[in-house]
Amino acid sequence: MRILVIAEHDNVTLKGATLNTVTAAAQLGDDVDLLVVGDNCGGAAEAAAKISGVSKVLVADNAAYSHKLAENLGSLVTELASGYSHVLAPATSTGKNFMPRVAAALDVAQISDIIAVESADTFKRPIYAGNAIATVQSSDSVKVITVRTTGFDAAATDGSAAVESLDKVTDAGISAFVKEELAQSDRPELTSAKVIVSGGRGMGNGENFSMLEQVADKLGAAVGASRAAVDAGFVPNDMQVGQTGKIVAPELYIAVGISGAIQHLAGMKDSKVIVAINKDEEAPIFQVADYGLVADLFDAVPELERQL
Amino acid sequence: MKILVSVKRVVDFNVKVRVKPDGTGVDLGNVKMAMNPFCEIAVEEGVRLKEQGIADEVVVVSIGPKACQEQIRTAMALGADRGIQIETDQELDSLAVAKLLAKVVEEEQPGLVILGKQSIDSDNNQTGQMLGALTGMPQGTFASEVNLVEGKVEVTREVDGGLQTLSLNLPAIVTTDLRLNEPRYASLPNFMKAKRKPLDTKSPADFGVDISPRLKTLKVEPPAERQAGIIVGSVDELVEKLKNEAKVI
Repeated sequence: MRILVIAEHDNVTLKGATLNTVTAAAQLGDDVDLLVVGDNCGGAAEAAAKISGVSKVLVADNAAYSHKLAENLGSLVTELASGYSHVLAPATSTGKNFMPRVAAALDVAQISDIIAVESADTFKRPIYAGNAIATVQSSDSVKVITVRTTGFDAAATDGSAAVESLDKVTDAGISAFVKEELAQSDRPELTSAKVIVSGGRGMGNGENFSMLEQVADKLGAAVGASRAAVDAGFVPNDMQVGQTGKIVAPELYIAVGISGAIQHLAGMKDSKVIVAINKDEEAPIFQVADYGLVADLFDAVPELERQL
Repeated sequence: MKILVSVKRVVDFNVKVRVKPDGTGVDLGNVKMAMNPFCEIAVEEGVRLKEQGIADEVVVVSIGPKACQEQIRTAMALGADRGIQIETDQELDSLAVAKLLAKVVEEEQPGLVILGKQSIDSDNNQTGQMLGALTGMPQGTFASEVNLVEGKVEVTREVDGGLQTLSLNLPAIVTTDLRLNEPRYASLPNFMKAKRKPLDTKSPADFGVDISPRLKTLKVEPPAERQAGIIVGSVDELVEKLKNEAKVI
């Protein structure tokens, strides 16, 4: 078994999702290589070399990879994949974007969003918004896998792997970066936050989310939202927690004015402790909450902020 | 320009599915079926591009049992011009779907292919990207905005942390995210009109594509149930419990 993991990073730092993916890889075998693809990504490569359980870090550092274009990333990984039994990436927006291109180019199926490794060819993954868990077995020669990071612990970072540069450059030249608008926030990222405060349609409008931000700042938390709040235009989509948004599993998830549609529960029900604040005592969110408070959020949230 | 849109028949998003007691799958007997919500957004986008005079034809394709003709008819009621059904009762991997779509692309030569980013049953999020690799087309996945500018398509994508805009050579692939548009409702007269629009039926064999599954589902089980906790009476009590009982703050 030789396993290739594709790192998630922003060139300077390594994203936590990489650590969970390495843990999944280590369950398949002990020969794990990590690929860092980027542009001026020395910082990320250095951090990658410290991950325990990684034998070798491969670095492809080139301007062609600066915006993680799926076409370029996909062909590089496809070329490297032949020496490996498994290729894994975290199921982030980058991993979801390029990995199926790798699978199709290799003429193999992809196993998306695994939450458990049963054996070298058998994996568990959620289907139907997490309302069912399928155990699937792959008969392909190379297993192309995306990893749901909440299913695996983070690998330790006390290793010292060798770093090897790749001079291979794949530039398809059919897509180009135009611009990006990334949310600037001092708060932690949703997928790595220990505490998340989320708002739903009950928040009424986007301005009211500032109440949640104040609570979040006292708790060192990230702020999330339900799809209903995103659809209503209260907040941007990158805050969405749920089946089609981000999958999170923090220590504490505080759901405010969220009714608890199955699509939302799919994204947060693995949180360790769930708190629900909703004035409708029949709201389904209370069925998964460890602590429920039936109250008007416009009274309860400021009160909560004062008491923290 | 011709636009190809693929649609999938899935369980209606309001249905809470149940796992069959024998663990072979989920129980789809007598549940409401519908067009996958992301596919609906894909159809809407194609129709809008036609209404703006950018596209001249919207072709909709669905792969599945005979019943998926319903979803093709719905897409035509929403404004698609003609339909192609590739009939199979077998459950297909995304790879097989992408291979069939690649054959349709070869025949139809669309300028743009629009697909939903994922279906809400298998939750794979693979087909559009796979089609990109098989056809050599660039892709704009998780799109929240699509603009045709000077022979290229600019796609704004929903990515972790914000938005990214790419410029893609045509022909290109777009997969839809939920904020791309709000699909219209099809009116009854349009449903009647859709019945007279052409619908071609084919089989996977017609395309010479091997659709044998690469993944075998060994077992399907319900997720671990979460037990409901307690209702607290006040914010004071909530804070006290979080500090002293759950010890998370």
